[in-house]
Parts: sequence; C-alpha cells; structure tokens
Amino acid sequence: MASGPSTYTPSNGLMRWLDARLPIVRFANDNLLTFPTPKNLNYSYTFGAILLYCLVIQIVTGIVLAMHFVPNAALAFNSVEYIMRDVNYGWLLRYIHMNGASFFFIAVYVHILRGLYYGSYKDPREVLWILGVIIFLLMMATGFLGYTLPWSQMSLWGANVITNLLGALLGTDFTQWLWGGFSVDNPTLQRFFSLHYLLPFVILGVSVLHIWALHHVGNSNPTGIDPKGPQDTVPLMPYYTAKYFFVITVFTIFFAFVVFYAPNLFGHVDHYVEGNPLKTPAHIAPEWYLGAFYAMLRAMDFNFLFIDSKLLGVLTMLGAIGILFIVPWLDTSKVRSANYRPVYWWCFWIFVADYAMLSWAGLQPAGVILLQTGVGADGAPTGFSITHLSQIGTAYYFAFFIIIMPLLGLFETPRALPESIAQAVLGKKRGGGAAAPAGAAAAPESRV
Amino acid sequence: MFSAAAAGVGVAVTAWPFIDQMNPSAATQALSTTEVDLTPITPGQQITVMWQGKPTWVRRRTPEEVAQIRAIPNSELKDPQPDQERVQKAEWLVVIGICTHLGCIPNRDNSGEQGGYLCACHGSVYDGSGRIMRGPAPLNLAVPPYAFLSDTLVRIG
Repeated sequence: MASGPSTYTPSNGLMRWLDARLPIVRFANDNLLTFPTPKNLNYSYTFGAILLYCLVIQIVTGIVLAMHFVPNAALAFNSVEYIMRDVNYGWLLRYIHMNGASFFFIAVYVHILRGLYYGSYKDPREVLWILGVIIFLLMMATGFLGYTLPWSQMSLWGANVITNLLGALLGTDFTQWLWGGFSVDNPTLQRFFSLHYLLPFVILGVSVLHIWALHHVGNSNPTGIDPKGPQDTVPLMPYYTAKYFFVITVFTIFFAFVVFYAPNLFGHVDHYVEGNPLKTPAHIAPEWYLGAFYAMLRAMDFNFLFIDSKLLGVLTMLGAIGILFIVPWLDTSKVRSANYRPVYWWCFWIFVADYAMLSWAGLQPAGVILLQTGVGADGAPTGFSITHLSQIGTAYYFAFFIIIMPLLGLFETPRALPESIAQAVLGKKRGGGAAAPAGAAAAPESRV
Repeated sequence: MFSAAAAGVGVAVTAWPFIDQMNPSAATQALSTTEVDLTPITPGQQITVMWQGKPTWVRRRTPEEVAQIRAIPNSELKDPQPDQERVQKAEWLVVIGICTHLGCIPNRDNSGEQGGYLCACHGSVYDGSGRIMRGPAPLNLAVPPYAFLSDTLVRIG
C-alpha cells in the first residue's frame, strides 16, 4: 500500500512469526511511521488528519446520544430536551455533536479547496479525488438526516422541502416510498434515524479507500512536481505526525470555544420549536454548509426549454455536486499547482468568494431586495434581489468548471516550475526566490 | 445466459421485501380516509382537518364569494381551471392546504384577492378556489378525492 518498498524488519522471533502470518505491524510501520511524505507540505495539507479526527468525534458522540434519543415523532423533540437538561453531560455531548457537524464541514471545505488550488486531483490522483467527492456527498446526506432528528420546526419543514424536491425529479410514488406514508411523519423519522446511524460508518469505509489511494500514489505538494528521491521527502513520523497533533490542538481550541461560549452560533431559533405539520415557519433555512447548494436550487426561477423551474432547480443543485466528479478531466492544464498558474490563481480565489457568497445567499429569504430600483404594481419594492445574486453566483460556479478549467490549460502561460522540491524549499531559504530552471515554459503549454 | 437470468430474478425477488418495507404500511394505509361532519361550520368559516397527514381545508363559501371567484376569467389564470370543476357543491371548497411550490402551508388572506390565500414562504397567492394567481407556485392547490355521504357528512380519500 505505501509507496516504495517496505523498510520493516521484525525485531525478534515473535514479530517474525506474526509478520509471516498477518503483517499488521509491517503495515502500520510502512503507513504511519516511515511513509515518505514531501518535505514542503504546508498547513493546508493537515486537514485530512483533522477530518479523520472530526469523524471519530461525530461517531463517538453520536453513539452515546443514540442511547438517549427516541426516534419517534411524538417523543423525539422532548428526548432532545431531556438530553439537554437531565442526561449527565448531555448538553455537552449534544453541543459537541451539533457543532462537530459544522466544524467537520469547515475542515472539508478547506480540504477540497486545497485540492482545487494545488491541482491535487490530477493524474495519478483521479480516483483519490472521486472517492473524496463520494465522502463529501455522504457527509451532506448524513448532515441533512441529522438535522431532521430533533423533529423541530426546522427539522420537519427542512425534511418537507428536500423530500418534495426529490419528488419533483422522481414523482409522488417515490416520495411516498421515502416517507413511508403520505407526508413527512413518524415512519420518515424512524428511517432517517436508522440511516443517520449507518452513513458515518459508510463514510469511514470510503475514507479507508481514500487513504489507501493516497498512500498508493503518495501526497501531492505545493509545487505540484513529484518527489524525485529521498532528498525531497521526510518520513511521516515524527515530522508530519507532530504537525498533525499541533493543528488538531489549534482546531480543538476554536471548536471548544464555540461549544462552550457560542453553542448555537450556527443554529436557528426554529430548531428549538417543536415540529408542527400545520404551521410552516416564515423562513426555512438549511444548515450553513448546504447554503450554496440551496441558493443554486432557488436561483432557478425560470423555465428552460421543456424543463420547468422546479425541476431545473433540482438538476442544477445535483449538477453542482455531480460536476466535481469530472474535475480531473475538465482541467486540461498539465501544471498542478496554482502557485505557477497566474490566471487560474485569480479564477480560483474568485471561485472561493463566489462559493462563500452563495452560502450566505442560501440562508437569506429568497425575495429580499438588495438594491431597490423601483416599486411594483402591487406596491412591493422591485430591483436586484437575492435570487439575482444567486443566479450570478450559480453562473460563475458552473463557468469555473465548464469554461475556465478546460480553456485555461490551452491559453494560460504558466510560471517556471522549480526543478525539484528540495530546490524549491532551499531556494526560498536562501532568499533568492524561485531560481529559473533550464527549459522552463515561457509560452502556453504545448499540446501534443 | 439462463443462469444469469435466474440469478437476476433471484436477486430482484430477494431485494423486493427490503425495498417495499419502506412503502406506507398497512396501518398507515388504513388511516387513509377522513370523515368530516359539516354541521358546525358556519357560512364563511373554514376548518382544517388532517387527511393522510396533510392539512386539508373544508371551507363553507358564501354566495357572494362564489360569485366573485367565478367572475375571474380563465385567461387570467396560470393553471386555468373553472371553479365549477374544482368543487362538487358551490358552497363547499375542499382542497389540500399545501403550497404547490415547495410544500409550505399558505394562510387565509381575507385582505387579498377574492378572499384567497397567501403563502408566506415565497409569496404565492391563491384565490378562494385555491387557484394560483401570482408567485412561484406552478399549479392550483390540489383537490383530494372526496364524496358527500349525506348533506352534512363528507368522506375525504
């Protein structure tokens, strides 16, 4: 699994005996201790370790919360309040689990954007990237299912809106099958609880494949060029394990601050009102981490050809996730890292801002007018609304993948790449900047 | 070829109970009709009953309201349907009170047009027949299957 030949030598007869039967110590040695890692990885490369830490936190707190939670439409809301008030440390466990989801997504967004910036998805890491997109999808499903469990107004109506969306795509028979009834009700809650408990373990399984793929091909790195030998790498232990412990500590400080001092920072008041199928809250908002996708869904308020606006919204939202799967083939540039791609660098940071803007827009009521230009026939203000902003954001989101990525590879002139990782690192230390290597590209990449 | 087909049938037959268990159960199906006693409803009043877990409105319309609703020309409607096709008796409107946009519950809006409904979520406006007048909702409020068992008793479903 680990790239390179194994360096493990069993130290005594017992270890030799075990190694011949189950080479588990060899496996741990090759993957956790001596695994060769590029020596120039910065802090953005530590988020994989942070994500594993988040997954463990969510699974451990989730298992103990399930010992007190009751997945029944009549009892669920009160059982959550019971956890908060009566269960020993229940408030702490629930706040860790609830905010853990938000921090999980903060970390996964940094991790994914890191991949987009440094071109981590490019040959030979396409499968590694695709497995990551699958994990991201599973995380969104798990987050949504967890959101419905407290059976609050937000839970109930969020479940209503999302399942109705799937109904727009797949029909009424499908939604009734999904609900186990004629509306979102007790059978829906019970199956959502079952799946919410299952999916994290599926995530764990896909994560094993993700890390396997990583350790098979090795880490990418900020220069985007492959390590050429031992002078370019350091063993994982202790260099990066120490770095992981440090960043996880810093991450935990922020996490603990929110848990203890602002536990409802990411929440919504309607999450503390029991679900009522006869009364819709005035404003339904998803969790912040799904805001961008929700904004894209709502942005489609027009019909396109034979597709009506409702279906178009669903297709846009699913397409926004689906397009991530083909990113390795959309990006035509051979240069991996945005550090050496001046135009892509700008497009990337605009994309980050665009995604942040969409995430914000998705949490706002749809009709809000941002720039009033006039008054409609019914006296309501008209002008540039959240919907218009979301449409612009959606257009750039797709343009980044479908237009910018394929075309930049053809027209962009990349900067000169260093000859090796060691040279890039040492060159900087001497204060000489990037030394111009021989044969550096000074023209658009040649296509053969 | 044959063994592949046999294996395919075997997999499908085995998988079906695991898929079908998610469909509405017999107990859920048994509660799929609701009977409503109409005697306590006064003219102009509307009550909400639950039918299949969905809020369903039973509204006793006054003759003036009916006249006003039926005066709206079909050409003004997004989802054209005359009021006569949506009710069995002019006096009684029975509709499912779920917005056809994204499933919110509209409010009775007497100040609005034709004594209709306003969905606060995304601003869809319905008339007193539950027909969509304005806003993002694509269709009129759904009319459930119902039958008058007597002059004062309706069975929905």
